[in-house]
Amino acid sequence: MLPIGNYLFLSFTLFTIGVIGVLTRRNVIVMLMSIELILNAVNINLIAFSRYWGGVDGQIFAIFVITDAAAEAAVGLGIILAFFRNRDTVLADEMDLLKW
Amino acid sequence: MLNAVLFYFFAVLAVASAILMVTRRNIIHGAVFLITTLLATAGIFLQLQAEFLFVVQIILYVGGIMVLFVFVIMLVDLDLSLHLVQFNRQRFVAGALALVLAAQVLGAFWVSRSSIGPGPAAVVAPQNTEAVGQALFGRYMLPFEIASILLLVAMIGAVVMGKRRI
Repeated sequence: MLPIGNYLFLSFTLFTIGVIGVLTRRNVIVMLMSIELILNAVNINLIAFSRYWGGVDGQIFAIFVITDAAAEAAVGLGIILAFFRNRDTVLADEMDLLKW
Repeated sequence: MLNAVLFYFFAVLAVASAILMVTRRNIIHGAVFLITTLLATAGIFLQLQAEFLFVVQIILYVGGIMVLFVFVIMLVDLDLSLHLVQFNRQRFVAGALALVLAAQVLGAFWVSRSSIGPGPAAVVAPQNTEAVGQALFGRYMLPFEIASILLLVAMIGAVVMGKRRI
């Protein structure tokens, strides 16, 4: 394994790209995909540290993160579909029902 | 040497396709670039000798979650949003804030740079899947069951959200 700083930096780069994607895009589907990217960056961190310390605990946590990502994708995409059927849009700044 | 070449290949592939994923106008292209990022990350997992996570990443992320994404992208109207501005009005403020966050993380790296040295000489279990399975059904039994309840709740939620009238 390379020095752990390399993995941390890769994970950090992917995380930042994901944050920029969530904050700046208008399309809700792209925002959800950016969230998946963020969770994936977290997984790299967890597995790199699991290898660093020689156990499998980090990998177990990565499995839980993947489970969480699957649940989030299923419910999130269901909400997007229901919203699209009702309002005919997937753009975040047109979802302003609660704005007065 | 081979380790370093593999790591940099997969890292550059992951970062480049992540940038393309965030910036592409067509969502389908974005989804394909996200798949490339996830596959490159799976390569990183293999390079870290986490074989079980490598397989889980490919089967679950690429085979399950991304298929779901592409399915939903096909169901919603694509052509409409192709001609609109892709970024929201607060994009400059939001981008600056994200860069501030990035600078904070880099600062944390810089402060703790002395403690992320080579680390202990880690012994890797030769049977990765066996070790993961024993930990998952031993020490982590309760979190595992809670995760299954979470999946059940998510499944019910997705079914309710998919109903015709909501």
